[in-house]
Amino acid sequence: MSRPPLMSVPHAANAETGPAPPETDPARAAGRVVADVLADLGGGHRGVVVDSPPGAGKSTLVVRAAAHLAAAGERLMIVAQTNEQVDDLIDRLAGKHPEVPLGRLSASGYAPSDRVRAHPAVRVAQKADDLAGQTVVIATAAKWATLQDGSWPWAIVDEAYQMRSDMLLRIAGRFERALFVGDPGQLDPFSTVEVERWAGLSWDPMRSAVSVLLAHNPDLPVHRLPVSWRLPASAAPVVSDAFYPFTGFQAGTREGDRRLEFGARGMGTTYDRALEEAAATGWALYELPARHTLRTDAEAVQATAALAVRLLQRGPVAHSEQGTAGVDAARVAIGAAHRDQVAAIRAALGPHGAGITVDTANRLQGREYDVTVVLHPLSGRRDATAFHLESGRLCVLASRHRHACVVVARAGIPELLDAHPSTEPVRLGVPVKFPDGWEANQSVLAHLAAHRVPAG
Amino acid sequence: MSALSALARLEAVRAGRAQPVATVRHVHIADAPLVLVPLKLAGEAAAPLAVMAGAAPDAPSLLIVPQPRNRDQRFAFAASLARLVLNHVETHRGEVEELPGKDGEVRLRYGDAPQLLVPNRGGVRFLRLLGRSTRFRSTEGAYAVDAAVPVLGRWLTWFADRHDHPGSSLLGAATELLRLHWATGQSSLEDGNLAALMGWIDPPDGLDGPSAAALAEDPVRWPPAGPATDPTFDNEVLAPAIAAYDRSGGDARARERLRAAIETQVTPTWELMWRAVGLLRALPEAAGVARRWERDRDAFTHYHQTFGEAYPQARRDPPVRAARRLHDLERAQEAYEAQRAFDDPLVMAEQRLTGAAFGGVVTECHPERLDETGKRPKLRPLLRVATGDPVRLEPGTPVCSAARPALKGRIVEIGGGGVLVELTGGLGRRLVPEAGVVPVEGDRVCFTSRTEGSFGIARFPDREDTPWTHGGPPEDYVPTADDAREDWS
Amino acid sequence: MTETAPDLDRLRGGAAPRNHDARTIAALTANPGCARRGVMDAAGVDKDAVARALGFPAPFGQSQFAITRGNVFEQQVKADGCAELLTLLREGLGLDVPEVAYDDLETVAGNEGRELRHIRTRRLLARALETGEGTLFDHPLLRLDIGGRPAYLEPDVIAFQFAGRFHVIEIKSFAVVDGQAEPEQVAAAARQSAVYVLALRDLVAELGHDPERVSHEVFLVCPENFSNRPAATPVDVRPQLAVLRRQLARLTRIDDILAELPADLTFAPGERLAEAVRTVEARYAPECMAGCEMAFFCRDEARACGATGALGRSVRDDLGGLDTIGTALALADGDLDPAADLAETAAQLRLASLLRAEALENAEARRAAEAPPAPAAAPAAAIPESRAS
Repeated sequence: MSRPPLMSVPHAANAETGPAPPETDPARAAGRVVADVLADLGGGHRGVVVDSPPGAGKSTLVVRAAAHLAAAGERLMIVAQTNEQVDDLIDRLAGKHPEVPLGRLSASGYAPSDRVRAHPAVRVAQKADDLAGQTVVIATAAKWATLQDGSWPWAIVDEAYQMRSDMLLRIAGRFERALFVGDPGQLDPFSTVEVERWAGLSWDPMRSAVSVLLAHNPDLPVHRLPVSWRLPASAAPVVSDAFYPFTGFQAGTREGDRRLEFGARGMGTTYDRALEEAAATGWALYELPARHTLRTDAEAVQATAALAVRLLQRGPVAHSEQGTAGVDAARVAIGAAHRDQVAAIRAALGPHGAGITVDTANRLQGREYDVTVVLHPLSGRRDATAFHLESGRLCVLASRHRHACVVVARAGIPELLDAHPSTEPVRLGVPVKFPDGWEANQSVLAHLAAHRVPAG
Repeated sequence: MSALSALARLEAVRAGRAQPVATVRHVHIADAPLVLVPLKLAGEAAAPLAVMAGAAPDAPSLLIVPQPRNRDQRFAFAASLARLVLNHVETHRGEVEELPGKDGEVRLRYGDAPQLLVPNRGGVRFLRLLGRSTRFRSTEGAYAVDAAVPVLGRWLTWFADRHDHPGSSLLGAATELLRLHWATGQSSLEDGNLAALMGWIDPPDGLDGPSAAALAEDPVRWPPAGPATDPTFDNEVLAPAIAAYDRSGGDARARERLRAAIETQVTPTWELMWRAVGLLRALPEAAGVARRWERDRDAFTHYHQTFGEAYPQARRDPPVRAARRLHDLERAQEAYEAQRAFDDPLVMAEQRLTGAAFGGVVTECHPERLDETGKRPKLRPLLRVATGDPVRLEPGTPVCSAARPALKGRIVEIGGGGVLVELTGGLGRRLVPEAGVVPVEGDRVCFTSRTEGSFGIARFPDREDTPWTHGGPPEDYVPTADDAREDWS
Repeated sequence: MTETAPDLDRLRGGAAPRNHDARTIAALTANPGCARRGVMDAAGVDKDAVARALGFPAPFGQSQFAITRGNVFEQQVKADGCAELLTLLREGLGLDVPEVAYDDLETVAGNEGRELRHIRTRRLLARALETGEGTLFDHPLLRLDIGGRPAYLEPDVIAFQFAGRFHVIEIKSFAVVDGQAEPEQVAAAARQSAVYVLALRDLVAELGHDPERVSHEVFLVCPENFSNRPAATPVDVRPQLAVLRRQLARLTRIDDILAELPADLTFAPGERLAEAVRTVEARYAPECMAGCEMAFFCRDEARACGATGALGRSVRDDLGGLDTIGTALALADGDLDPAADLAETAAQLRLASLLRAEALENAEARRAAEAPPAPAAAPAAAIPESRAS
């Protein structure tokens, strides 16, 4: 290994300015883990697992590891979960390491995106044979699963906690060794059918790829990236305590490193106050009066959309270790639990909100924005279901932002949690899932309570 | 659940009677289904106490285990039940159809298949466990059982597995089948009681739903539909009768008294089962039922024909089997849900309510519009549909027609109480649409974004290629002497 | 509002408080939002007796076959100083259990009270914690603070000391078939075990030791497959422990509810019992029928006032939290002008109603067209003769 074990330049530069004690220096701590991971790739293990909390440099690691293996002369396949993720990785890898011959394997209907077309050296093909000369071949898991033969000495599996183990079963024959990278705190994979017949089996096809992998190969090295470069100092401890209580992580930046300012003055509306609270502290809870509602609670939908639009109207400017830049619609996202909520919010945004990403937690996984507005999954509910309480859902929603997160909710969620019956069935041999959704929700709410802005 | 089915429940409360949640029957009902009403001994996993069984309402057979803790009696019972079930299986194969198969071979499909009906989910679970407890038994050696017993075990296991398969009608639970078609004015938990559920759907003369359901909760008037028995019956009737039978040393009269006591517990459910069959049969069959029953017949044909070559089903699925099965189930689930909505406007209404589909009248139609932006012109008719539905779809979303799912299109714009749809498929091969394919002005249409077919055929490794990530190839399952000797006490 | 809240003894009408056991404590987590249940449990009211007095007896009878089976299995596992259990721990779980001592804390000489038996448990466990001696402690009589008052737990578990830690062993007679058991039964067992773990941890802490010496991993001993042979399965009860701690902590908030109640309120039998019970609000859901003695009374009450919740939590949620069936139907029919905060729910119900009507009318018309003289769709007409049989 010849490269210095540092994550990326801006963070390193930032680290040099601070006199932080060595053991807590985020860049060094992260760099050490990356070095360990790269060392393990040459250590004769069949698999290496890297847990990455939100924004901890997972993609950077994938690019580093890919280049590292390619430099060592290994042919390599990269497995991502969606076409979007494949294109993202191609863009990063081709941008950073144009010398590595790169191929994109895709289904017949695929039209290369702008990000892929920006790198003419990248070969796009439908058959693996046409990419035989490429050192690195990237495709979705679904595409890899269509291959009947061919074998790569190495694979990198990205978002491995979001991949179901039955998919891993279908593609594992294509590689000899693999690096699995993913975020254990995000949403677990799910199935459209409810069948209990595989409960407790170490190869339960509904479990995540990583949990099945580790159940059968308990001695594989597992690393944890210790620093979130995305989440600001105001958010990392909150997300870490709520969703990663045992492993934990720290923010890569310190208090004051990031600032959100508004170009336009507010008019003192409750929207403005919520946005100002979020800009000042990183969080705001915009609280509507307690009421039980339909999922597509019009008032909450309206408030969610209006907050995002108002944010853009205020001309937000983000200052960070990466410099100063205006926050435009592309840097703002709205997250919700259900698809019908997403559709209603999109409709409510109107032309002023054009370009703002609105999506469900499932589809926001792995994405990053400057500011997010979140419709709380439990807002307006009288009874919480397992779906609403799933810790991964709230974790995704509360960890997409670099600067600030505004949560919209009706009052009464603490009472709802308080009254929640705990009668979940227990299946023998199924590992207990941590953190518990109830506890995680409680923990986040307790923090948000200090940032409450009642709707006017 | 949805607002639509919630509303149906409210309407049932108001009417004092169950309300339809389907306009057609989504399940196959055989001409002569084998109805099974099983009872088990309380406190045991699957110790059978009795089964009332038969393929006609007036011809029930009641098989009992006079001393359920006696293993010889249990196996004798299993052998009797085996003869009954296997006879039904063998006599319900129908004519054999010959179909063109792969590589020019002929593929067979039985013209019919056996259908088993039990009162509730508990009944399915009981059959599954009974299958599990009998399929490994050996027909020779120290614990030999009748040759039919392990055969029964394998068939019951197969039926229970098919029950997991969305859209299969081979093994049905009456409560589930009824709930697919009616909503009651009580909770779904209470719907698990077959007598209460039937009370709402078809109350006896002089009663309404709530009063019939209230009576149904009295275990003296309506004994539980099994497999669990009423504890009071156990303590006051069954236990003394079994004790008397034991004391008598197997006396025929004691046995008859025991049998009569048990008969009082299963007969009401037996009658309910046939009334439920009658109610379901009276509904017009949905278009997709025959197609799904064909899949059931395929599965039956395959299992029947390969029965002799196969081992009993393993205790748990090995990795590849599990992954394959999950894929099959998810595929079947998607197809089943899509078909039910296509077949039944009341099911489609759920999608319309949530904005995933929309229905209305065609107000504008350009059936012969061509898209000439590409190299070659393409037939792309345009339709404008006036709708009051809360459409929650984006322009560009692919949709298909509920009346004819092959007719495909995509949304161009939404607004002003209407949706503009561009038709893209199912129009024929020429540049003019086939007659009657494109709806005309004034037609009622319904388009949905929920289309089937997102699950293609999937490729799985062979069992011997199970990868290291999943523990490598599992050992081949071969039944062992231990399996056959497993205690059944 | 009253000046003095009713004291808990008056609520019971002078009757002795009902003893808690692991099952009743575990049940506190089943519907924590229910004030009625909270008050009655905090006061130790005999809910079963109250329900019977109200004419809604709880149908929680147990079959003697199940009872016998449970007893026989437990005796078999514990026979000869827990010989089978030890084999199981050693061979089934691969634990290297050295020499064994078995202490039954139930069989003390004479007819001792619970206090004395608890003291004996304390003494033996204290010695075990100090010296590491002792392996199996059967029927430990433990104590747990419930709403500020100590409750003794009916002791039906074994405390198993191994490698310096205590594990709770719970013997249940439901079957584990091919490694799996009924998830609801396992959940109930896990909740009960968690109660014992918590009580045991309290005791260990009182004795000046690290409460973590009581493991969150309990062993569930059940019959294997269809036999009487026991099998042990480790169960991680951390989630149940967390829930239990939470609910025990909030039991003290019952005081707030009590403060709102009339000072002369009592659940003593009598003409005014029903009225008294209704004074404390219930949060009925159909799931209550699985575990609360009051459920049938509360269901009747919920149905009588047309509560949507009686149809199920999810039904109520699908109705946007609308409380009453009458209102929901009036909105669906378009007979009621909705208040602003109900406009959205009203619109959805109205649309649902129209969609249902459209689909049903079309189906009716189609059926009429296809089979002109067919009898009306009333299902009764379509039933075969079987009903007469």
